[in-house]
Amino acid sequence: MQDLKEQLIEEFGEGNIIDAFGELTLTVDVSDIIKSCLKLRDTFLFDTLVDLCGVDYLTYGQSDWDANASSSGFGRGREACGGEDRHEKRFAVAYHLLSVNKNYRLRVKAFVDEAQPMIETVTGIWAAADWYEREAFDLFGILFENHTDLRRILTDYGFVGHPLRKDFPMIGEVEMRYDEELGRVVYEPVSIEPNVNVPKVIRE
Amino acid sequence: MAEIRNYTLNFGPQHPAAHGVLRLILEIDGEVIERADPHIGLLHRGTEKLVESKPYNQSIGYMDRLDYVSMMCNEHAYVRAIETMLALEVPERAQYIRVMFDEITRILNHLMWLGTHGLDVGAMSIFLYAFREREKLIDCYEAVSGSRMHATYYRPGGVYRDLPEKMPQYLKNDFRKPKELEAMNKNRQGSLLDFIDDFVKEFPKNIKQYDDLLTDNRIWKQRLVNIGIVSASRAKQLGFTGPMLRGSGVAWDLRKNQPYAVYDKLEFDIPVGATGDSYDRYLVRMEEMRQSNRIIKQCVDWLRENPGSVMSNDKKVAPPKRTEMKDDMESLIHHFKLFTEGYCLPEGEVYCAIEHPKGEFGIYLISDGANKPYRVKIRAPGFVHLAAMDEMAKGHMLSDVVTIIGTQDIVFGEIDR
Repeated sequence: MQDLKEQLIEEFGEGNIIDAFGELTLTVDVSDIIKSCLKLRDTFLFDTLVDLCGVDYLTYGQSDWDANASSSGFGRGREACGGEDRHEKRFAVAYHLLSVNKNYRLRVKAFVDEAQPMIETVTGIWAAADWYEREAFDLFGILFENHTDLRRILTDYGFVGHPLRKDFPMIGEVEMRYDEELGRVVYEPVSIEPNVNVPKVIRE
Repeated sequence: MAEIRNYTLNFGPQHPAAHGVLRLILEIDGEVIERADPHIGLLHRGTEKLVESKPYNQSIGYMDRLDYVSMMCNEHAYVRAIETMLALEVPERAQYIRVMFDEITRILNHLMWLGTHGLDVGAMSIFLYAFREREKLIDCYEAVSGSRMHATYYRPGGVYRDLPEKMPQYLKNDFRKPKELEAMNKNRQGSLLDFIDDFVKEFPKNIKQYDDLLTDNRIWKQRLVNIGIVSASRAKQLGFTGPMLRGSGVAWDLRKNQPYAVYDKLEFDIPVGATGDSYDRYLVRMEEMRQSNRIIKQCVDWLRENPGSVMSNDKKVAPPKRTEMKDDMESLIHHFKLFTEGYCLPEGEVYCAIEHPKGEFGIYLISDGANKPYRVKIRAPGFVHLAAMDEMAKGHMLSDVVTIIGTQDIVFGEIDR
């Protein structure tokens, strides 16, 4: 893995490589994604795209309450607090590459803007990206340019919204039931209340 | 001359050969598939979203419900991701127990696959034989975890408890004659390890039976040989892993190439196919069952010799013993903290993959330092395999689609998540 790291540093610059938990992460610019991926496939021999997914960094590092709360006790407050925005751009696309030939792995990350969540498709480089990109589009609303078939994949036909975004409520937005009078299925706003049983806490 | 038009056929989601809730839109010309468009997501439960809202330990149960025919393997990937981030040492005995149950799970999965694949293609009896052995292995699950399917047995730091000293036996009732009962309980007189040992001894004979039923069966071969051929380079390009990749002749197995747990201390072989058709994948999976059997035997022998702890001593992660809690305040506090708030992982991200019976099952875990994961992405092997359905089915007959669904070993729990 050290060899790979050195080669990557030479190719992409030291600032873009993170080595943590025994794994390498390469951060690339959105506009360079095709160029970098082609290089990774052809010169670094990453022949397999194992995984591709979206990440939403909206509430990263925010806990439900302050871990060092005062003596006045905890409330059931669920207001997120105490997080400085550590990410400039809201979304990221993470690619997990594997080289069957060389037996090593690499994670590539590209940060995408919220205002324009667009990135070039890599289906031309690894065919496996097809459904993964559809999934990332479905769950996060990240648009993959030049993808030939960018339809929703996991959610229902006619679904509205992107469920894995952090501002999408856990309970969903609509519920469905069969209406006897209309003789068809109807969608209504959810009737249940959001509930957090265990608050999110960040401790050192 | 009559006008010839392509048909569009809706296959599923309620179809016994669709292995759950697969909806396929097939464009067919006569009986030849022009295009296959799988519609998935009918079993989508939002596991990834749910996991984000719970402390780490409370999500192990969700992992069982992903690929619901290989439960413990899913758990293994998840707990290993947590252990990697915590840099947690897992006792060797727990590692061996995990490997043993991973291989039991592999046999469970392959037996399920064999039975249903046979059923789809038209071989009825294999299903009954496969489920006969499955029953015994599910009993092992039950003996060790209390649950026949959704075990929640692996925990960060080890496994929930040590192997039971006594294998549960069948009870007397009005419908069982004493002789029958005695025969049923014959291999259940000792511990769980004795029971597994007995299974390991018998299993090669059972595989031989499946072999006799199918391998040289003319109809079986007519239905499988040269169906859904994928070349090695194409398989890599499509992201195939596991038996789907090995069937195409690539000797890639995470247990060998990137060993985890104690696989590097065990002896086993990796079978590979030659042509990459459905029949090769069938042979690969059959051989994998034999190899799993070998691994289980080695684990049983090791576990007999080496008693010890099965859970890490780290009190921040592993719950204290019940008895300790009665008179030790520290333990009580640890227990309370662990089961209310849970524990926090360091900030960072990790991708942890294991060799699941279906391929590479990975957990991509992002932590922002909290007691809940910030994001969990589940890399399900079936997802990529099903994505290649169009390519594999093109040019084949309608009935071959069923063979291809079977050979991909599809389970919707993991694909739809």
